[in-house]
Amino acid sequence: MNKQTLFELLQQQGITRRGFMKYCTALTSLMALPPSMIPIVANALESARRPSVIWLSFQECTGCTESLTRSHSPTVEGLIFDHISLDYHHTLQAASGDAAEHAREQAMKDNYGKYLVVVDGSIPLGDPGYSTIAGISNLDMLNETVAGAAAVIAVGTCSAYGGLPMADPNPTGAVSVTSLIKDKPVINVPGCPPIPTVITGVLAHYLTFGSIPELDELGRPKVFYGQSIHDRCYRRPFYDKGLFAETFDDEGAKKGWCLYRLGCKGPMTYNACATLKWNQQTSWPVESGHGCLGCSEPNFWDAGSFYKALSIPDGDYAKAAGYAVATGVAVGAAAGFVNRKTKSTAVSQHTKVTVDDFELNKDKK
Amino acid sequence: MEIFSTANDFLLWVRGDAFNIALTILIIGVFIRLMEIFLLGRKKDFSEPRGTEWGPGLKNIVTRSVVDNGTFKRAPFVVVVGYIWHICFFIVLLFFVPHIELINAMLGIKWPGLPSQFVDAATVIAMVSLIAMLWHRLTHPVLKFLSTYEDYLVWFVTFLPLLTGYIAFHRMIDPYPLALGLHILSVELLMVVFPFTKLMHAITLFIARWYTGAMMGRKGIES
Repeated sequence: MNKQTLFELLQQQGITRRGFMKYCTALTSLMALPPSMIPIVANALESARRPSVIWLSFQECTGCTESLTRSHSPTVEGLIFDHISLDYHHTLQAASGDAAEHAREQAMKDNYGKYLVVVDGSIPLGDPGYSTIAGISNLDMLNETVAGAAAVIAVGTCSAYGGLPMADPNPTGAVSVTSLIKDKPVINVPGCPPIPTVITGVLAHYLTFGSIPELDELGRPKVFYGQSIHDRCYRRPFYDKGLFAETFDDEGAKKGWCLYRLGCKGPMTYNACATLKWNQQTSWPVESGHGCLGCSEPNFWDAGSFYKALSIPDGDYAKAAGYAVATGVAVGAAAGFVNRKTKSTAVSQHTKVTVDDFELNKDKK
Repeated sequence: MEIFSTANDFLLWVRGDAFNIALTILIIGVFIRLMEIFLLGRKKDFSEPRGTEWGPGLKNIVTRSVVDNGTFKRAPFVVVVGYIWHICFFIVLLFFVPHIELINAMLGIKWPGLPSQFVDAATVIAMVSLIAMLWHRLTHPVLKFLSTYEDYLVWFVTFLPLLTGYIAFHRMIDPYPLALGLHILSVELLMVVFPFTKLMHAITLFIARWYTGAMMGRKGIES
């Protein structure tokens, strides 16, 4: 860990006490903590050491890193990002080859038991050759690096839940980090990619409290993934009024009506897009006119069409219905004829009763 | 054994395989029942018809929806609550936008929906009326005596989709995919039970009313 505290670093950069307190206030509200927590956050940060972070990129598209670097310049995210010690990251580090791997090993050795491991991308179990770094398979590198980690942060849906590489037919046998790492705390920060503020927010939480935030049943921090897109969507009033866009260019779409009918997965998706937004709070997918894809949920690639409303069945129901009609008619006809046969048999076997049959002592006659 | 690793997997299953299974059973069951009814046949009527069959038959389907005064006098509770229940049920079924989307996807027809608060209110009224009906069934000595296992089963499978739909809409169960999945599953249960119980009245009422009207029409009787 770096010897300097975060506050000392900020002071060196000419940030005043007032600026620091403003920053702590923003951070506290970002983490959805009450205002009474601001002094605690400030205290924690004043004395916080820079934690070492090792970033492992496996079967991924670099979208998560692209997202993270968009949290740049003098924002809360930027400040936080400057003040962790990112000791290993393929895309961002200057070193390459042996030197890069050496940096990872050195960071692990120096901070054993204390460093954070960030993983983006899924891990192929089918054949290790599908994805290797410096000749080391993803699985080996993950196990080796996580051994001395304090916690693991699975950034992006690929590392959190398998994501695109795991989508049917999953050619590489891709799996998530959580399915492999059982003996360390794993924080899932899913999204394709995750919101930059959420990535840095989770790091900030760890920096402030030295612990992992409260997680939901899918391992996501409740602070950011506690509410659905639908419940926080600014288009929600249109949903409740029954006003929907029917196509992407009709009057409803132009008026910004609800995108449910166009397949929006907002109701089942838990993420902070609707509140934190993207690109420095410029916009987010629904605001730009496209329904939510549900990218922060497990198996979202295989969860049916992005353009089918959530209430529509996903299977080949037309085929099932066709076979069912044929079967129903055939079995019904058979049952009908059996019934008629039973009736005609009963009629033919019917024996007439005469008054003689009721006569007492008939047999004695 | 871990059947569903996440609530989303469960939702996918109820929207996929489970729906297909339920739909198959529903359709097979309905067609068996209908074929059996139609194949029963009737003896040829040799009498000279005094009127037509089709017109009065169709008219009877509509006119039998109007309350008969005698019935109202005998059982006002059943008539009033029965009407409230059916109207609210159809509002919920046919005017909630996600339901319209389902119908549109399956049959290719659609119409405008109602505001969700309105549908929400109708759901509550429908549930209350069903509870009132059950209370009536349990407290009315004759009705209670006549009630069978099937009556309670039918009540249960009808009530469940309303309850789970209400829970899903208000997101009373977390996560939402589980709530929505339970709602769809409860509807699938209704679909499976439908053809083999008195719920089949939703289809057979048209046949029965038409037949009565047609029979009367042939005899030249206003019905």
